[in-house]
Amino acid sequence: MTPEELVERLGSRFGDVSLAYGEVTVITSREKLVDQLEALKADPDLRFDFLSDVSGTDWPDNDLRFWVAYHLYSLEGKHRVRVKVGVSESDAHIPTITGLFPGADFLEREVYDMLGVEFDGHPDMRRILLPEDWEGHPHRKDEELGGVKTQYKGGAFIPPVDQRLQK
Amino acid sequence: MTTEMRPEVTQETMIINMGPQHPATHGVLRLVLELDGETVVDVKPIIGYLHTGIEKNCEYRSWMQAIAFVTRADYLSPLFNELAYCLGVERLLGIEAPPRAQTLRVMLTELNRIASHLVYVATTGMELGAVSVMLYGFRERERILEIFEMITGLRMNHAFIRIGGLAMDLPDGVDEKIREFLEVMPKRLDEYEKLLSRNPIWVERNLGVGYLAPERAVALSTTGPVLRASGIAKDVRKEEPYCGFEQYDFDVITRTDSDCYARYEVRMEEMRQSMRIVEQALDSLPGGPVMVEDPKVRWPAQLTVGPDGIGNSEEYVEHILGGSMEALIHHFKMVTEGVAVPAGEVYQVVESPRGELGLYVVSDGGYRPYRVHVRDPSFVNLQSFRDQVVGQMVSDVIAVGAALDPVMGGVDR
Repeated sequence: MTPEELVERLGSRFGDVSLAYGEVTVITSREKLVDQLEALKADPDLRFDFLSDVSGTDWPDNDLRFWVAYHLYSLEGKHRVRVKVGVSESDAHIPTITGLFPGADFLEREVYDMLGVEFDGHPDMRRILLPEDWEGHPHRKDEELGGVKTQYKGGAFIPPVDQRLQK
Repeated sequence: MTTEMRPEVTQETMIINMGPQHPATHGVLRLVLELDGETVVDVKPIIGYLHTGIEKNCEYRSWMQAIAFVTRADYLSPLFNELAYCLGVERLLGIEAPPRAQTLRVMLTELNRIASHLVYVATTGMELGAVSVMLYGFRERERILEIFEMITGLRMNHAFIRIGGLAMDLPDGVDEKIREFLEVMPKRLDEYEKLLSRNPIWVERNLGVGYLAPERAVALSTTGPVLRASGIAKDVRKEEPYCGFEQYDFDVITRTDSDCYARYEVRMEEMRQSMRIVEQALDSLPGGPVMVEDPKVRWPAQLTVGPDGIGNSEEYVEHILGGSMEALIHHFKMVTEGVAVPAGEVYQVVESPRGELGLYVVSDGGYRPYRVHVRDPSFVNLQSFRDQVVGQMVSDVIAVGAALDPVMGGVDR
């Protein structure tokens, strides 16, 4: 299915659908997320049965600060869609999709580790890449590069390099 | 012995920690195994030992500089990381690399795929006790690295694929070197297969080990040889062709046994297919530039090989320092600030040796990437570890880990 056909098919059912750079994006809310992904997976024409990626982006100036993007693929139809959900900083919770796509396990943990968005109902919601006692979530825009107390032997402080922070 | 005197039999499992420093875990992968005797009850992969903040670092560099970061993610297939990133940024910019650059990108990445699969054969051989295969595998990989060194100046982490094309054109004599490699390699592959395919130890350790049912492989989002060995012919090169892959004649290799042996067969066959593609690319190599003409996008200097390595040509330095003030300003602006990429987001996929490599590139319209996320196939494939080893022998953990072929640089990024 071409992206244009996909937009037409999705538009009537999923509301906020857009097409940019040849990619289809559906913007939804966390309340509807699981139902919509299930519908995308079950629909006999769409058949989005493969989860490619889950990733998060931080937009500190928005009310909905954290945006999580789910990239789905259809093994049969060979088309892709991106489903995006935004949550606010004070209530950074999204229901997990590991029930639908078990492969979301590590990917959701990575988003939690890097951005601090919690996935409710995830079987093992822990940090994945950083040490368990790490403070903060490094992919938030207010976390700077460098200037971190290293949590390894000696615990040296590496000052931020001015050059890194060039605006 | 009477029943009263017999000590009470208790059943308990044992927790064994394997790694992160272990010769058979492909780098710094740590596995916490729960064992009942020799049977695996549970396994938890613990990762992050090689986390270097590549994604975060990209946000602090210009669009061009970020290439040098993403290339370091999966260090056995650096050209794929560069390619996915550059294709993504090119789509945001609305440009396309010239035909010669496209063909060379295909050729370089397919050579890289062979090199990466050779490391799989080599390390798996070593881990399962076939040390001669390890030596042979690295020997052949060396030939490819020599070709890369000749073309890009570096053996790994080339940062050679650039936004809008390539850093520079092919040097003289590389064509013969690649054809020589294509001549030798098929015989070497036959040799490996003679050594391994019917070797009782190799068969015993791989056949029927690490079974992953096709529906589980899909559910766990595995890609690459792991998925194709479960009978599902998902290959980005065929389904969502990039760099003109639709023009090349090659087969997607699948097996249906879903075990470590099937993954071995898939990878061996894929090397042959990659050689077919490299040959076709060499034969059909068009002339012309390797970088887009737009001065607002392209790197200002044409690189050349000088006495001290690859760098700006002397004429160019002369031109900007002694000739034209405008050229100097332009050079300075392009090097320090680079190019502003229109706001938007793309998810660009390429077929890396380990599966679907996706780069989610977000721009806010500025001179630096707003967000770069690497969907690394090793990271996602690692989730299937548990499915493959629970209920199996502890020795199978080694074979499964080897057949998954994770690269920790990509897993941890």
